[in-house]
Amino acid sequence: MLAQQIINGLSLGGVYALFALGFTLVFGVLNVINLAHGAIFMIGAYAALYAVLVFHFSLLPAIFVAALVTGVAGWILDKLIFAPLRARRAPHLAPMIATIGVSICLASIIEGYFGSENLRFPLDTLPSSTLSLASAQVNWLDVNIIGLALLLMGGMLWVIRHSSTGRALRALAESPKAAALLGVNVGELFGATSVIASILGGVSGVLIALYTNSVFPHMGQPMLHKGIAVVIIGGMGDVRGALIGGFFLGFAEVLTIAYIGSNMRDAVAFGLLFSVLLLRPAGLFGQAPQRRA
Amino acid sequence: MEWLDSFWSTYSTLVLSTGTNVLLALSIYVTLACGLLSVANAGFMAIGAYSAVLLTLHTVTPLPLALMVGAIAAAMVALLIGVPTLRLSGVYLAMATLAFGEVVRILILNAEDVTGGALGLNGIPQLVGVFEVITSVAVALYVFLRLAHSRIGRTITAISQDEIATELMGLNVRAYKLVCFVIGAALAGLAGALNAHFTFFISPNEYGFERAVEILAMGVIGGVSSPWGAVLGGTLITALPELLRGMGRYRPLINGVILIMIILYSPKGLWDGLQTLLRRVRP
Repeated sequence: MLAQQIINGLSLGGVYALFALGFTLVFGVLNVINLAHGAIFMIGAYAALYAVLVFHFSLLPAIFVAALVTGVAGWILDKLIFAPLRARRAPHLAPMIATIGVSICLASIIEGYFGSENLRFPLDTLPSSTLSLASAQVNWLDVNIIGLALLLMGGMLWVIRHSSTGRALRALAESPKAAALLGVNVGELFGATSVIASILGGVSGVLIALYTNSVFPHMGQPMLHKGIAVVIIGGMGDVRGALIGGFFLGFAEVLTIAYIGSNMRDAVAFGLLFSVLLLRPAGLFGQAPQRRA
Repeated sequence: MEWLDSFWSTYSTLVLSTGTNVLLALSIYVTLACGLLSVANAGFMAIGAYSAVLLTLHTVTPLPLALMVGAIAAAMVALLIGVPTLRLSGVYLAMATLAFGEVVRILILNAEDVTGGALGLNGIPQLVGVFEVITSVAVALYVFLRLAHSRIGRTITAISQDEIATELMGLNVRAYKLVCFVIGAALAGLAGALNAHFTFFISPNEYGFERAVEILAMGVIGGVSSPWGAVLGGTLITALPELLRGMGRYRPLINGVILIMIILYSPKGLWDGLQTLLRRVRP
């Protein structure tokens, strides 16, 4: 029982962490609360579903298709919305409200094309074999979800910590002006951040679609709320915090469902959130930016 | 006057919800004008709606009293949570208030004995007409317009521009912020109480994240440089889906595109954009 819950917590938490990683990246670097991240997540799920249903791809290539589509979407998002607003020095709430518009548009397009009903991956595309691990029967699907989530997170962390792009990214998050003076191509890097964040969102969309086996136009909304919760628990703009927060929320939810009751699931998540904010406003791992006169 | 009757029978709910949405936009205008990014207003709206409806549904409370109770209940809660949460600033405050809104929604959802849970409360007496709504909007608007160039209004503008400098001038920034937060909550509570008494039915899901974001959008689209911005934003966000009714199933798409266009071409809100335009036309 407990081993089973741990596996569930790991796979759900892994998806949350992946989603939150993209969300927090955009916040940290572009300084935008991207409310379209949930819609991008949904686009990822639909792209993979389309690849499976229409082109009869197997799962892994379908995930690549989802990454490609959401990557392009992220690039368009930056060029069409964020870049013009940056150029106009818009107040910091403006891009956030614009992403609400983007989110409405994307959901509407998908609903117009695919309809609003709940779609599923055909059962024969999902791995169905199970694996005995300790006392638990582990589904291959869970193993794959956990593996892919960890792989992507590890890759992201490595890029941010050790590559020259990562160094430039961290400089950009610190101060765009200083980064530009040091020869960082700021515009391009902003675009790249949006692309990477969208890919992370899109892939987590595919993974949650596989985990729950349902795809619908408004699937991004509840995920967006979760993503926001994770990012707050971990600290806004903090990459490590997003990962730990994601697993934290995944486990909290799974354990609540198992031992308290499923209708209290969201109450626990947001109660946790509210108390974290009151006690440690900068998140469990973040440091509040202090402004001194 | 026949056309008026037919217009009224078709659009009365739209006119009434435009009014309550303008109130909601004003409620977020108060906090935004003070530099507070609070998105708790959907939660305060729920508190106002439920406390007023429980009164009119189970007792013989006259409507004005019920409306007042709704506003005061929201204000009391705001006072309670305002003291600890207003220590936060910027995005952190937004997130805390967002979480507060969700906690309110979930509490209502789970207190089934009193609130009816997810099924909501049905058969609310239809007591609110155009008079109550217009009066509330007019009074709120008048007060804000009068305040804008008063000592209080100027202090609030100063806080939104530089908190520390304002504090150094010997003004009690925390008290001003708390008062703005509480007034915003009272207005949202009033809007919720009004709104519940012409829709027959309320349920917790009306007051969730989407509503919170919609209220914020009304404030930002309108602009926070003047209370008129809130009027503009509230009216536009309510009326836009109706105006686009002819567009069929792609209505939300066009709605979204218009939102984006407004933000791209007038990032400080429609009111500011309009002023700039007027200045350009008549130099």
